[in-house]
Amino acid sequence: MKRFIGFVKKEFLHIFRDFRTLIILFGIPTVQILIFGFVVSMDLKDANVAFLDLSNDEITRRISDKICSSGFFRRTDNLRDYKDVDRVMKKGDTRAVIIFGDNFGRDLARSGRATMSIIADGSEPNTATLITNYATAIITDFNRELDRTARIGNILVQPEVRMFYNPGLKGHFMFVPGVITLILILICALMTSITITREKEFGTMEVLLVSPLKPSQIILGKVMPYFLLSFINVILILLLSWLVFGLPVRGSIALLLAESMLYILMSLSLGILISTISKTMQQAIFISLVGLMLPTILLSGFIFPIENMPGIYDVVSSVLPPRYFILIIKNIMIKGAGFSDVWRETLIIALMTAVFIGLSIRNFKVRLQ
Amino acid sequence: MNKVIAASAIGRKFGNTRALENVSFDISESEIFGFIGPDGAGKTTLFRIITTLLLPDEGKMTIMGLDCRTGYRQLRKNIGYMPGRFSLYPDLSVEENLNFYATVFGTTVKENYDLIYDIYSHIEPFKKRLAGKLSGGMKQKLALSCALIHKPGLLVLDEPTTGVDAVSRSEFWVMLKKLRQHNITIVVSTPYMDEAMKCDRVALIQRGRLLSINQPEKIREEFGRKLFSVTAPEKFKLINALRSFPGIRTAYPFGDSVHVTFKEDEFDDSIYKHLDRMGVINARITETKAGIEDSFLELMQKE
Amino acid sequence: MAKQTVSETGSTGVPLTSNTVITVRNLVKKFGNFIANDNLNFEVFRGEIFGFLGANGAGKTTALRILSGLSSPTSGKVMVAGYDAKKEPEQIKKNIGYMCQKFSLYNDLTVRENIMLYGGIYGMSKKLILERTAKLLERLQFEEYGGRLIADLPLGLKQKLAFSVAVMHEPKIVFLDEPTGGVDPITRRQFWEMIYETAARGITVFVTTHYMDEAEYCDRISIMNEGRIVALDTPANLKKQYNADSVEEVFIKIARPSPADPGMLQKNPKGNN
Repeated sequence: MKRFIGFVKKEFLHIFRDFRTLIILFGIPTVQILIFGFVVSMDLKDANVAFLDLSNDEITRRISDKICSSGFFRRTDNLRDYKDVDRVMKKGDTRAVIIFGDNFGRDLARSGRATMSIIADGSEPNTATLITNYATAIITDFNRELDRTARIGNILVQPEVRMFYNPGLKGHFMFVPGVITLILILICALMTSITITREKEFGTMEVLLVSPLKPSQIILGKVMPYFLLSFINVILILLLSWLVFGLPVRGSIALLLAESMLYILMSLSLGILISTISKTMQQAIFISLVGLMLPTILLSGFIFPIENMPGIYDVVSSVLPPRYFILIIKNIMIKGAGFSDVWRETLIIALMTAVFIGLSIRNFKVRLQ
Repeated sequence: MNKVIAASAIGRKFGNTRALENVSFDISESEIFGFIGPDGAGKTTLFRIITTLLLPDEGKMTIMGLDCRTGYRQLRKNIGYMPGRFSLYPDLSVEENLNFYATVFGTTVKENYDLIYDIYSHIEPFKKRLAGKLSGGMKQKLALSCALIHKPGLLVLDEPTTGVDAVSRSEFWVMLKKLRQHNITIVVSTPYMDEAMKCDRVALIQRGRLLSINQPEKIREEFGRKLFSVTAPEKFKLINALRSFPGIRTAYPFGDSVHVTFKEDEFDDSIYKHLDRMGVINARITETKAGIEDSFLELMQKE
Repeated sequence: MAKQTVSETGSTGVPLTSNTVITVRNLVKKFGNFIANDNLNFEVFRGEIFGFLGANGAGKTTALRILSGLSSPTSGKVMVAGYDAKKEPEQIKKNIGYMCQKFSLYNDLTVRENIMLYGGIYGMSKKLILERTAKLLERLQFEEYGGRLIADLPLGLKQKLAFSVAVMHEPKIVFLDEPTGGVDPITRRQFWEMIYETAARGITVFVTTHYMDEAEYCDRISIMNEGRIVALDTPANLKKQYNADSVEEVFIKIARPSPADPGMLQKNPKGNN
């Protein structure tokens, strides 16, 4: 036992002495949460908007002025043609284009109804949502004013909102579960595989093998610190997202933490497995990044919804543990699900963990190859 | 005399490459036993078998009475091993490295301090320094302290003096000699032929096979021929001229001279005339005693 | 500084007082307050085999980088192959060859590809490259190995090939870093014979090493310690001067432990043995 404690102590020394490890461990999750959190809760101010006013009458000018004097928007351009819309949007600094069709004022006067369009840049879904909401609110306000001055009922300017590039705006509340899932697999798998292969590269693994330490002690000693630190990380991320973003955990926190522990364990055993098949740190990093991080970002439902994935990707995705963990954590946090709702996903991750541990033990040799 | 290691007909292959072939030797208690040979001769493979990190394909080896295949758990408690690259943690301090290895082997630095005192006292003033910031010689001393900290019966040192400056190298051998009084058997490998003289017995190893096992002095005697040292300012010309002399058996450059043997094993003074005719000026020939390297060359020739 | 005693003849037999290929006068190189090279003075001659020795951190590498045009001296004059190291480093690079033990040939290219590559780097014409490649392979009795990957060659062959490639463009000087460390005694001798032959052709061979037995093969050696050259002479003269049997002994007698190692200083005032 004393040996084991000595070993764990040494691992902590490695971690705390390496500035980069600490940054990866705690800096990256904090920054990610803060960035996401601020982007979402950011107030809209001086968003760049272009106008395409084909009608160019009194009413359209009044609406435009009202929008621009609100403090939320700034007019960057007056367009002349529909073709220009795509052009200015592609340049990137224009967040939205507001379009009035031909005869806007006449239609409004004649039928009491006119339609305008707000086209927002959906590649930044959070900003786009804010823009359309604010613009709609301003126009609703304008409707009320019109009502009052004209004293005619049922005059309505109907804004028609459309999103470019990401019409569904899916997943914009998904970032906390996504970040937790990504960070945990990255830290646990990448870090453990690096720390074990590092001993191989330094030649210290040779001496450890020729010591009375058992392989299980070496592996547990490696895994223990990262288990603790990752768990602290989960709590840190949850706290931050609650404090900064106000995201509540609707389900049981105990269940959430227990599921996180299982997922951490799975990621750690995956890290050990990677280390048993790589000879150098470089190899371990490569396998972890290409084999784990990319699929987690792309295929686990973090960014692209699984329902939209074509067959083959869906199959690949179904062997990725993050896919199930994202579901579990999303259900617990956002929908307030209990264990009876997530037991299937939990079982899948538990089985995967068992397989990874089994393979690692089989691959970890008491001798050199 | 007690045999600490008894190896008979050890063989080991990696794929199609034979790393070791029919290697047999005995090492006695408190002996400093050296394996001398170039890179790739099989020294590291052999040492990994001795330290139970590798299994031999053929042959039998007992270490401190235990079989190298089955007794590895017991053996690993009693072997101190210093691999080719000094196995230190560069991000831990001198002290932390030593403490770590002590704990891993279930002991404390205090308990065996007298054993490592002679070595560790050199680096103790820098015990707070990170191991990665030490010079080659200091790393070597720390690695040796770490390998000794659990008072092993057998100390296995794989090329401990490679990449270390000459001063530290000579200090290192003095330390090894001192360890003998603690009844520690030392197996050491080196590519430096001159270090053979510091061992009690040496085995010359080349291409996975042992060329000879003996006391270093005896290995020099095994050379068995008269050896002459020839010097001249123009070395390249000298070598070619010597080789063209019919009575010459071998001619090898050796530092600032050329070592030659004669076919008849007697000095043939017509060689002066020959050298003169070949335009070699200022040639000087003296008889000399064969060194380990001469013997190694001779044995390689016979192969 | 040891007095420079130049042996009258080198391996070529050419009088060495003429034909300097490296001249170093009052070379100083500082990094901030740290003086890596402290007033170095020496000359190396055409066709000479010059050994450049010193412990790690003695300033060897710094000096070598300046001599090969990779770094500029802080002050002093350095002429290599007729060019000023401060003003014409690019010219120097064209006129030197370099081989080090760790990196010199690409393991994943074949023998022939490696040779062609280096010929190309040194701007040789295609015709000349092909011609010299054939000659080189023939001289090493390597024809059958031409298509083999470097990774598959034994260490000794690799090193011989690396050396041949380093002198393929007929440089004025070739720099070798620990050329024969760790090779077997026979290969080592074959290697030194190649070096002797190269020197006899008039190419200067500049060997840096901390294997003292390699130093024994050099015409002259210099020993650096703490940024200064503390000895410079033929191995024979140095051994006589320090009453030593080998260059290794000379080195141990000269190189005291650095002040960064006070513990060693107290323990072994004379370096012991």
